[in-house]
Amino acid sequence: MRLTLFNVVAAVIIAIAFAAVNAAYLVWAERRGAARIQRRPGPNINGPFGLLQPPLDGIKLMAKQLTIPGGADKVLFIAAPVLAMFPAIMSFVTIPFSENIVAKNMNVGVLMIFAFAALGSTSLLFAGWSSRNKYAMMASIRAVSQTVAYEIPMLITTITVVMIAGSMDLMEIVHQQSGSFLHWNIFPLLGKSHNILMPLSFLIFFTCTLAETNRSPFDLGEAESELVAGFHTEYGSMGFGLFFMAEYANIVIGSCMTTILFLGGWGCPFGLFPGVWWFILKLYLLIATFIWIRWTFPRTTIYGLLNLSWKILIPLSLFNLLLTAGLLKVF
Amino acid sequence: MVAYFSEIFYGLISLFQGMAITFKEFIKPPVTVSYPYETLPMCDRFRGHVELIENEDGKANCVVCGLCARACPSGCITLAGVKPEGEKKKVLTKYILDFTRCSLCGSCVESCNFNALEFSKEYNLASRRKEDFIFDLLGRLEDRNR
Repeated sequence: MRLTLFNVVAAVIIAIAFAAVNAAYLVWAERRGAARIQRRPGPNINGPFGLLQPPLDGIKLMAKQLTIPGGADKVLFIAAPVLAMFPAIMSFVTIPFSENIVAKNMNVGVLMIFAFAALGSTSLLFAGWSSRNKYAMMASIRAVSQTVAYEIPMLITTITVVMIAGSMDLMEIVHQQSGSFLHWNIFPLLGKSHNILMPLSFLIFFTCTLAETNRSPFDLGEAESELVAGFHTEYGSMGFGLFFMAEYANIVIGSCMTTILFLGGWGCPFGLFPGVWWFILKLYLLIATFIWIRWTFPRTTIYGLLNLSWKILIPLSLFNLLLTAGLLKVF
Repeated sequence: MVAYFSEIFYGLISLFQGMAITFKEFIKPPVTVSYPYETLPMCDRFRGHVELIENEDGKANCVVCGLCARACPSGCITLAGVKPEGEKKKVLTKYILDFTRCSLCGSCVESCNFNALEFSKEYNLASRRKEDFIFDLLGRLEDRNR
């Protein structure tokens, strides 16, 4: 495909629209899901099944005034929500939804997505630092220490998958898993590595995605009972809205990555009709699991969180990396 | 070393057990009632403001003995009656309950010997005006029978 101005603009608009619509309706899905788990109906007044709730919430947020607290660092304060949303949208550029639906395939796609994911925590630090609010500051320090701790097992697990595929190209990683669900990296009996401990890697990656996106039970960055609202305490209006959207966009990206790295991307479990619909199905099943987990488990402590990462996830992911390397040499 | 792995293993199992519980709750129907649109019947022992009980003819059971007014610790009740010519009992002409001072203690209902007072089941009481809480119970009784 030739790179024309029209293509670029169209791709950007589609990426932003996809991220925004997902963010808006995942909030709706989250509220409805939470309500079902707690045996109540959830938002059901505005429109059928409350489907008009997200646009109305958006209008309400946009109509509000953006106040900047006295003594805040104005430039950073305004830049932080934009910086939170920007990497989330950028990451959509290289994610392949199917053979043809990809804005720009790169042979270092994995690297690019993790680079932008790391940038996301900078925005949390900016937001907490520039707010001149001790709770926001504490929350952002927590969130960053958490992100740093969980990036390590996440990257080690990704290296395991990259080693199996022999490529950092997301397309190539999916192609390598094509066939049936026994070729997928989650349980690769027919795949290249034959490593039966790969489900463990999948669990580690999924847990790290939860922690990286600051989701419950790892939502210490916005622990309401301790830190008011966390790093976005001082944000109102669309500044808060952008942080909110970035959180959900990050969930979509995390689920996309889990689908691509472990669940065979757009491949069908039985090798029939591969296409974008399988990708969407897997993606939304994973997102539903995210919501399900959020309303099941209470928040962990900061010690429990860091212990889980350094004492359990990092040693196990390192072990699995070594095991996979050995098995790839044997087979 | 064994303790380390068994902690991970049993911890993981307990996480899945928790998720099974929330999944079971997810597929059950909601138990709440969306209040302004649907309401549940109020329970028997609910204490609303007092209300007069009527007899078969649609008249109040009250014989204007005034025990309720005397039993009331806050003096909420004002009542009056007349004795028509040739009748044995007095007939109620006025029964005013000042609900702004009522503490729903129930002394009036307890003191009544003629089965003339009961607690209503009314709970949707809200107003910005004080006068809205001074109830004319006889008028309410007549409104009910109209």
